[in-house]
Amino acid sequence: MKEGKISLEEVKHIAKLARLRLSENEEELMTHQLNNILLYMEKLNELDTSNIEPMHHAVEQVNVMRDDKLKPSLSSEKALSNAPQQNGVFFVVPKVL
Amino acid sequence: MTEEITQWSIIETRRRLAKKEINAIELVETYLKRINSLNPSLNAFITVCEELALKEARYYVDHPDKLVEKPLGGVPIAIKDCLCTEGIRTTCGSKILESFVPPYNATVVEKLLQAGAIIIGKTNMDEFAMGSSTEHSYFGPARNPWDTSRVPGGSSGGSAVAVAACLCPGAIGTDTGGSIRQPAAFCGIVGMKPTYGRVSRYGLIAFASSLDQAGPMARNVQDTALLLQVISGYDPKDTTSILKEVPPYCEEMKKPVRNLRLGIPKEYFAKGIDSSIEEAIRQALRVYENLGARIVDISLPHTEYGVAAYYIIAPAEASSNLARYDGVKYGFRAEIPSPDLIHMYLETRSRGFGSEVKRRIMLGTYALSSGYYDAYYHKASQVRNLIRKDFEEAFLTCDAIIAPVTPVAPFLIGEKLDDPLSMYLSDVYTLPASLAGIPGVSVPCGFSPEGLPIGMQILGNYFQEDLLLRLAYIFEQETGLSPKYPSI
Amino acid sequence: MEYEAVIGLEVHAQLLTETKIFCGCSTKFGAEPNTNVCPVCLGMPGVLPVVNRKVVDFAIKLAIATNCSIASVSRFARKNYFYPDLPKGYQISQYKLPIAENGWIDVEVGGNVRRIRIRRIHMEEDAGKLIHDEHQPMSYVDFNRAGVPLLEIVSEPDIRTPEEAALYLKALRDIVVYLGICDGNMEEGSFRCDANVSLRPIGSRELGVKTELKNMNSFRNVQRALEFEIRRQRALLERGERITQETRLWDAAKGVTIGMRAKEEEHDYRYFPDPDLVPIVIDKAWIEKMRKTIPELPNEKRRRFAEEYGLPEKDIEILISDRSLADYFEETVRYFNNPKMVSNWILSELLRELNRSNCSPSNCPVSPQNLAQLLELIDNGTISGKIAKTVFEEMYSSGKKASDIVKERGLKQVADEGLLEQIIEEVIRSHPTEVERYCRGEVKLMGFFVGQIMKRTQGKANPKLVNEILSNKLKNSQQG
Repeated sequence: MKEGKISLEEVKHIAKLARLRLSENEEELMTHQLNNILLYMEKLNELDTSNIEPMHHAVEQVNVMRDDKLKPSLSSEKALSNAPQQNGVFFVVPKVL
Repeated sequence: MTEEITQWSIIETRRRLAKKEINAIELVETYLKRINSLNPSLNAFITVCEELALKEARYYVDHPDKLVEKPLGGVPIAIKDCLCTEGIRTTCGSKILESFVPPYNATVVEKLLQAGAIIIGKTNMDEFAMGSSTEHSYFGPARNPWDTSRVPGGSSGGSAVAVAACLCPGAIGTDTGGSIRQPAAFCGIVGMKPTYGRVSRYGLIAFASSLDQAGPMARNVQDTALLLQVISGYDPKDTTSILKEVPPYCEEMKKPVRNLRLGIPKEYFAKGIDSSIEEAIRQALRVYENLGARIVDISLPHTEYGVAAYYIIAPAEASSNLARYDGVKYGFRAEIPSPDLIHMYLETRSRGFGSEVKRRIMLGTYALSSGYYDAYYHKASQVRNLIRKDFEEAFLTCDAIIAPVTPVAPFLIGEKLDDPLSMYLSDVYTLPASLAGIPGVSVPCGFSPEGLPIGMQILGNYFQEDLLLRLAYIFEQETGLSPKYPSI
Repeated sequence: MEYEAVIGLEVHAQLLTETKIFCGCSTKFGAEPNTNVCPVCLGMPGVLPVVNRKVVDFAIKLAIATNCSIASVSRFARKNYFYPDLPKGYQISQYKLPIAENGWIDVEVGGNVRRIRIRRIHMEEDAGKLIHDEHQPMSYVDFNRAGVPLLEIVSEPDIRTPEEAALYLKALRDIVVYLGICDGNMEEGSFRCDANVSLRPIGSRELGVKTELKNMNSFRNVQRALEFEIRRQRALLERGERITQETRLWDAAKGVTIGMRAKEEEHDYRYFPDPDLVPIVIDKAWIEKMRKTIPELPNEKRRRFAEEYGLPEKDIEILISDRSLADYFEETVRYFNNPKMVSNWILSELLRELNRSNCSPSNCPVSPQNLAQLLELIDNGTISGKIAKTVFEEMYSSGKKASDIVKERGLKQVADEGLLEQIIEEVIRSHPTEVERYCRGEVKLMGFFVGQIMKRTQGKANPKLVNEILSNKLKNSQQG
């Protein structure tokens, strides 16, 4: 693997963090494509941002809250209705090994 | 006759319904017929709500008073498939939500239903709205009705196609980095991305939460204004929506534009722009000048950093927003040979997501990961602020900005699929407004020599949707460039 | 080499709000699985969180009570990790801008005051519950708890002994309970504690490798787990071995901590500001408004009870262990100004009845005013202390006033001197042998005579008068 912004090993690690299984081919392609993209991102370093606040919201707004008042919940039937596996009471998942 | 009915604008449809020249059932049946004949080739809809739409239509036939009293009473509207519809499956263009049926409506949908709209179907889109071509849909690409070998743009490609091909008179799209404006331009219709916070995001399946915004798409400006009127407003379920009065857009848009100062950002006419697009925009400026507007040269110096900033911030947010698709609560779960949670996660997400979504999840996870947060996510958020400040400055010297929507005309299906970066770069003119959160509208302003539609983008300061509609409306009135109908 | 322990505690306090932190579902414990859930707390596509104002109110209260500085701008952040009980694949928490920082709690350890600093307090949502099947390779998920509001209170590593840890934890528990923001129930998990422990040679300023202890569901278990872990680490160090940084679970039954299988990958939570939630800006007015709702806290109350009522430490500890009990005490003293007598009655009779009926002082069927009246009746000689206990029991079961019970049942003390004299003379007359023995010096027979007199008066004789008259008469018969 040629030197780039992100190595094949890092791609494997990131895939694991993101819970994605990539085939070997996908890993190589992903490494290549991410490197291209990340190289382009280098552009940002042309800018001195040392005194710039990061912007996290498009519109400045604060303290939007609600009162501590009960609202109707879903029936468990409705809550479970989209579940891939359920037993009428719980969502069912394979055991954590 | 069918053709004629489906070419009616929303306003026209309303008028005919009210005068009982047609009833809601006949109207819906006409649209369903057209959808059934054209959708197989255009692939604008993922789900057509035949039964529900007819049921709703029946209601308005039985309750003519309700039809008259509601602003969209009896009008079929298409909804992008990333907006949740109670009892109607909502896929977001993804295998992972192929069979998801929400037990709730998005606020936008709720407002449309309240206003009397009939949901005719859920439109095709790039998976999780990640794309500029609607090629990244699990349900196959949508096609541009002006040339079916070309993309309709994206990610709201299905909505744009449905409107342009007269499969419905109006539709709702969503715009995160240009996903309403760009397909509107590619398909020759009007599309508006409102100010971030103007329209509730509740029930809009998140791609990038700080950027996503739903908006109207229609064949003329007045219909666009009417739809915007209906879906706008503060929603207590979305704390990023803004408590601010919604002006009567349909009236506001008719005000004159004399003495308005229109800014032309030099960065939007840089190298790489298609000459026919540049020419169409210059033409449009002359129209405005003739109407008494003043043209001023402006600069938005950080425009060229928009793509880099956006393609860090949006994927970062997306990597987190898409973590909930894990095969536990809803959606697709991969069959696995032995019961093991990690294995289930990996298989579900790998088979459930398409390649573009996986690429962005990877990119976003990387940008947030330990050791890279400051260099990527933090840096991009700072640059985002610089881009916002560009607009802030610009609006000191002009009232609105006129720009192209895209540097290129609709490309061929498959043309850019192997080169994600070049696809990203084609968003260069729509991303900055998204990052800043300001409103933008795309209006048809001509055709390329190949007969493909060209769009003009009008950008305004926060909550200046009314001003944008004014500029769009007078342009449309003056030039007669919309609506135009592709021959299919 | 001598080692000292360096301990820091991370406490999660579940808040006593009606609804969850980001949606209107109930926080009630013990509902049927997956019934206190909605699209928001199930993390369904497209839904958005809306902050419960009361959670912020409660956080501000705790921040004031623990001497923290409150952030003028605080923000929610996402903590990203995958687990089936975490519906969104991230937990909404706080990271760079927590609501409060840099506070402290004073605890008294062996007569000395130790100041344990608090690093930060932040708001976050709880996860759901995962139940593992014993027989099949399956787990079951209940999301009722997902989204229940928590405050996480992180101490500095200022704690040096397991005892100190338990005292700090108890002090913190008392505060949250006094504030009415958490029920402080460790067994049910509404007040949870994890501990970070490391050892270092005394005198050293560097920190050793730490382990994180979990699964300690009582004060006693926290103390025992820490004691065990310190012994374990010391033994390793003395053998020249190294401590592995890991999470260890306390096994209360075996009395040991057990290392969890080393995780395959280290955590990378990828925190970033939650774009769905706007910042929380807290101004002086908000803080002052909250300050006004803060009751007297346990430490102040302890000091004041000693000064104002002169009660022994043991009495004070019990009285202030429950804010409503302390309130009950003070209210009673307002009507009957004999603090020690009030305290005695509360600690014995009242608490016994309350415990028996599993009732809280604030719902006690005997009001402070009625208890005060009963004590008044003892004090003015209307009834004896012994009769008063019977009266109290009836007050507790019937809710009646003391004076009504005394009247109805004719329990008023016999304080008529003439009548008493007559009865006493009769008793003396009918027990000549005992009188003689008494006169020969068997003074303990005094009790026998009193008993006889009480028997004849059904216990209603005024003991003070009985003693007076009886000893006079006996003295006379001695001389005569």
